[in-house]
Amino acid sequence: MTGTIFVIQLLNSLFYAAVLFLIAAGLSLIYGVMRIVNLAHGTLYALGAYVSAWVVGSIMGHAASGGSWALLASLLLLPAGAIAVAVVGAVMEPTLLRPLYRRPEEYHLLVTFGLLMILEDAIKLMFGGTPLSAGSIMDLMGSIPVGRLIYPAYNLFVIAIGLAAALGLWWFIYRTKFGVILRATAQDRRMAAALGLNVGRVYVQAFAIGCFMAGLGGAVVVPAQAAVLGMGVEALILAFVVVVIGGLGSLEGALVGALIVSLVRTAGIQFFPEIELAVLYLIAAAVLLVRPTGLFGRA
Amino acid sequence: MTTAAIVVGAATGPSASRLTVVALVILVVLAVLPYVIDPYQTVLLTYGLVMAIAALGFNLLLGYTGLLSFGHSAYFGTGAYTVAFIMRDLGVQSMELCILGGLLGTFVVSALFGFVCVRHTRIFFGILTLALSQVLWSLAFKFFWVTGGTDGIRVAYAKLTLFGGMINFAGPGSFQRFVFAYYYYVLALFALATLIMWIIVHSPFGKALQAIRDNETRASFIGISVRRYRWIAFVVSGVFTGLAGVLWVPLNGLTTPDILYWPFSGEIVFMSVLGGFRTFTGPIVGAIVFNYLKTYAVASTEYWQLLLGAVLVILVMLLPAGIVGTVARLAGKLSLAGKLIGWGK
Repeated sequence: MTGTIFVIQLLNSLFYAAVLFLIAAGLSLIYGVMRIVNLAHGTLYALGAYVSAWVVGSIMGHAASGGSWALLASLLLLPAGAIAVAVVGAVMEPTLLRPLYRRPEEYHLLVTFGLLMILEDAIKLMFGGTPLSAGSIMDLMGSIPVGRLIYPAYNLFVIAIGLAAALGLWWFIYRTKFGVILRATAQDRRMAAALGLNVGRVYVQAFAIGCFMAGLGGAVVVPAQAAVLGMGVEALILAFVVVVIGGLGSLEGALVGALIVSLVRTAGIQFFPEIELAVLYLIAAAVLLVRPTGLFGRA
Repeated sequence: MTTAAIVVGAATGPSASRLTVVALVILVVLAVLPYVIDPYQTVLLTYGLVMAIAALGFNLLLGYTGLLSFGHSAYFGTGAYTVAFIMRDLGVQSMELCILGGLLGTFVVSALFGFVCVRHTRIFFGILTLALSQVLWSLAFKFFWVTGGTDGIRVAYAKLTLFGGMINFAGPGSFQRFVFAYYYYVLALFALATLIMWIIVHSPFGKALQAIRDNETRASFIGISVRRYRWIAFVVSGVFTGLAGVLWVPLNGLTTPDILYWPFSGEIVFMSVLGGFRTFTGPIVGAIVFNYLKTYAVASTEYWQLLLGAVLVILVMLLPAGIVGTVARLAGKLSLAGKLIGWGK
């Protein structure tokens, strides 16, 4: 029995790691390319969750009926939130962030904090205060037996998505031409521009991809946990912890950081629930002290 | 007050005496105001003055040392919670003892956090201050049998006494009396805090901080111990913000984990930028204006965050110098124009 619980807790923390990775990888990508710490990133994740739940709910209904075709249709509708957030990002970068690149970092934090406030209320304005969920997907997928207990199959699906996203992003950044352009721009913006790259376009694309990742995180989480107000503010801090542990701007770091944070959190909830969050923040602070660039970061 | 004014005057030359006059006029106006405005406005102004102390402390780091802290909620909250603890658990009633306790509490916490945080600058400093402030938030949030969790701890003004028991708030009509007396109490401490901060930023220590802000390498070459100066600035900044937290609690009547949560740190940053963090008076003006802005936004719309967020974004894009900075620039242009066409002197 303890073995079964161990397996289930391990799966839980992998599920959690997959979601955290999606959020943190986006945050890290944006920082890596344009050196902007986006305080609104968590709220973009929340926006993705709300939009996905709303799209799936209003087209497919909330009841778990219709069999495997309905499930397939719902799953295909789920990324709507991620796409919507990517569009928001593609509008945000050229209008609000681009004029600030020449200014000190403080202004980046301030403007994205302002965006956080705007987006938090925009979500409330659009979707109201009641939680939204796409739980029908979770119900339709059913569950699989783990030992003598059962485990929702949807969680395994999310773990697979997280893995696929990690591999896909790695391939994209290290094996495609666009990835080379992205890394060149991140390394030396002026040199890249001198070589004829359209840096402005690369920035929009990178920002939109980063936002897409946040939105995807929200989209995959919403069948399992309802979207609620304030979820973004909480998620942002955990994503910060992840990128601080792994190293701001590092993809591998985001993956390892997400695994560490989710394992500590799962263990924390099991063994030391009162201080589970405090321990995470302390780990982040400790890593910053010992290795300011994180476990995988380059200065 | 007068001896201190002389000290300031001696330290910064003749323009300081004009400044002292202006400061005294503002102080007199603030002292007369409660007789003119209704009690609700007096309460609002008290909140504004309390937040001004917090922003003033915060700006010693941002404006004068060049460090953006996103974790000043920690010191504000420490001040507030310390008062709540010593009133509830030790039965303390004297506000002066509460202030002492609160200052001691924030001194310890900011010395500890500051020791860690000043090892970094720029973005990492911001994240580190944020992470540490969230440690306190999560503790206040989770240890509900100590901190009351999200319900917080009640701090009843009726139990407080000012000036070692000389003024108490028992009996009928006590709230009116409290509002009136507490306003002057806060005003006096605000004036004192502003004066002390003025002396600090114009002292050799303050100049050293500005040297560090402008060029860290040069500052260290001329023998300034950069990290130690930053640490001291951090502690002073934290203690000022802690004092604001202490004074805020009896006014609010309740302390909850919200004032430890990081968006509250964001509000303190907001205030300083609104007023203009490149000027001494900017954070004061910003805090008072922000307080009115937020109160009326909350009262008039459910979507007050959207309104404030839009104000912040527009401010950063169009008026990065803030209210005071912009007004000063406009005044400068006007006087220049006046000189050009032969007005003025």
